[in-house]
Amino acid sequence: MPTVLILGAGSDMAVAIARRFAAAKYDIQLAARNTSFLQAQQQDLHIRYGVAASSHAFDALDFNSHAAFYESLEPRPHITICVFGYLGDQELGQTNWQEASRILHTNYTGAVSILNVVANDYAARRQGMIIGISSVAGERGRQSNYLYGSAKAGFTAYLSGLRNRLFHQGVHVMSVQPGFVYTRMTEGLQLPPLLTAQPDDVAQAILKGGASRKNVLYVKWFWRYIMLIIKSIPEFIFKKLKL
Amino acid sequence: MQKRLANWGNYPVVSCEESTFSREDQLQALLDTPSSSLIARGNGRCYGDASLGAHSISTLKYDKVLHFDVAEGIFECQAGITLDQVLDIIVPKGWFLPVTPGTKFITIGGAVASDVHGKNHHVDGAFSNHIIDMEVITSRGPLTCSPHTEADLFWATCGGMGLTGVITRVRFRLKKIATSYIKQRQIKARNLEEVIRLFEEYKHYTYSVAWIDCLQKGDSFGRSILIVGEHAQPEDLSGQQRQAPLQLPEKKKLTVPFNLPSFVLNTLTVKAFNWLYYAKNTKREINNVVSYEPFFYPLDAFLHWNRGYGKAGFVQYQFVLPLEQKDGLVAILQRISSKGWGSFLAVLKVFGKQDSLISFPMEGYTLALDFPVRKGLLPFLDELDALVLQYGGRLYLSKDARMKQEVFWQSYPHVQRFAEIVKQYNHTYRFRSLQSDRLQLTINNE
Repeated sequence: MPTVLILGAGSDMAVAIARRFAAAKYDIQLAARNTSFLQAQQQDLHIRYGVAASSHAFDALDFNSHAAFYESLEPRPHITICVFGYLGDQELGQTNWQEASRILHTNYTGAVSILNVVANDYAARRQGMIIGISSVAGERGRQSNYLYGSAKAGFTAYLSGLRNRLFHQGVHVMSVQPGFVYTRMTEGLQLPPLLTAQPDDVAQAILKGGASRKNVLYVKWFWRYIMLIIKSIPEFIFKKLKL
Repeated sequence: MQKRLANWGNYPVVSCEESTFSREDQLQALLDTPSSSLIARGNGRCYGDASLGAHSISTLKYDKVLHFDVAEGIFECQAGITLDQVLDIIVPKGWFLPVTPGTKFITIGGAVASDVHGKNHHVDGAFSNHIIDMEVITSRGPLTCSPHTEADLFWATCGGMGLTGVITRVRFRLKKIATSYIKQRQIKARNLEEVIRLFEEYKHYTYSVAWIDCLQKGDSFGRSILIVGEHAQPEDLSGQQRQAPLQLPEKKKLTVPFNLPSFVLNTLTVKAFNWLYYAKNTKREINNVVSYEPFFYPLDAFLHWNRGYGKAGFVQYQFVLPLEQKDGLVAILQRISSKGWGSFLAVLKVFGKQDSLISFPMEGYTLALDFPVRKGLLPFLDELDALVLQYGGRLYLSKDARMKQEVFWQSYPHVQRFAEIVKQYNHTYRFRSLQSDRLQLTINNE
């Protein structure tokens, strides 16, 4: 059976993605910093869907461990989904480097570090698919979350470059722009209900989008146009807005 | 996040802080955050204010299956999983819920906190009867309880409406089935007298319930349809059904997309509905084999059917009277019938014996009906309460949104003991809901 590796497996979005893929009969490899929290999820996937599920310790910020982590996976995953992210505290990050660097390294450097390893393996074997969850926040920097946004902008650019490179080896890379999603990460925010997706909407869209080898997936179609409008606002106006 | 929340009756609607958790450490962090009050909330399918409070903790993301012993039929899960998810897992393996209420959209934690009953109460008892053990996060920390260990906590948690803490993990026994179908029998009863006689006559059936037209008067007063059933055996099935005897029913859903104006539910439409349901059976008796879904969950086919009662919402009124109080049942039904303010749905059931601390069921007749919220409804329901009390009955807390505290304290025989146990495991009354405050279960008198 094909296997999916989920990096950052403990989040609400990751739980939903794992379930959708398990329901489609993929074996699941769950990877997160603290594997003790993955036990219940692993049991759940196995009992609900009858697939094999395993847990693996993975720390996005421990770059030096990434190659060994990937080497240890048995079997090698057919699909790797990079779900981890850290919204962080923008205001704190403006004055506290520790917070700022955690935001940047989780969302950008850490993701690049592990996906480089995965990409090289897939390129050598001329098979596999990489799915990266980026963010519409990366499409234009806004005062309310530009640390997170700039890291995601970097990640989006990385994914598009990777897609370009791996296309020639027959490896597909899909970037996902979920838009607003109701998760623990956004629990403190007031989100507009009409624009906000559920984690399972994201999961379904990814399963379907991956199957049809989409390049850039907007979970709710209108986000593509919302971001188009936001990106087209001239900078001399945009800088005056409170966004 | 601050949210406008209401349970299934859409009454009351209140502003609550809502938090979620999907792991033990996240729940612990919520419990460690200083705040005056917390109450666990599942899928919001109790009708009134039981899981509403200043700060509600949604258990819905704490929904993992931990163990399923397919040979022995033992199921262990986190409390936020809903019954429909459990059914999807167990039915194809030849198992069924030991007890299920009339909707599958409740959580296991909610099933425990309400100690739900089903159409098989007279045979199998309530949900608590099938629990092996469970974990509750009390003010004294996480505790595992069962009828044998921490029994006080166990019995105060079954039917205890979340007042002993947050139920996190439940292990319970399932019921063996050979098929996912129900062999059903529907029998018309001309009046209340007859349906009560039929309940007695058909009490050997595992499942029984009656739909009752409570607006009829005279000779037809209480005319109804008794519906009884058994899990079907393979030989009961048609050739096609026998190909896949444990097949899950197809998932098709209709929804009521928005609140309908409440005049949709005036006396006339109620009469029309009741008549339609009654006249569907032209013969006195119908026998057929149906999937478990329409048998147990007829209203689940209409997502958000509660919106049919309009924006003001509704109160579901469910009481139980002791078996010897048939006259009381007649008196209360007559009062309801002459008022003409209810009811889309009136359900009658005869409970078997149950001795528990604070659970709703006791041997006798239980009747449930809906009342759209309107001016004068609350005083009218107070009048009904007085009758229920007079005949030695009580009200179901999971349906309740308005009972006066003195009615509650007079009608539940072990409430004093229950309150003492709650105090032990919830010593600062941190776990409290609008309901528990209203019923004066979580108010410090010292």
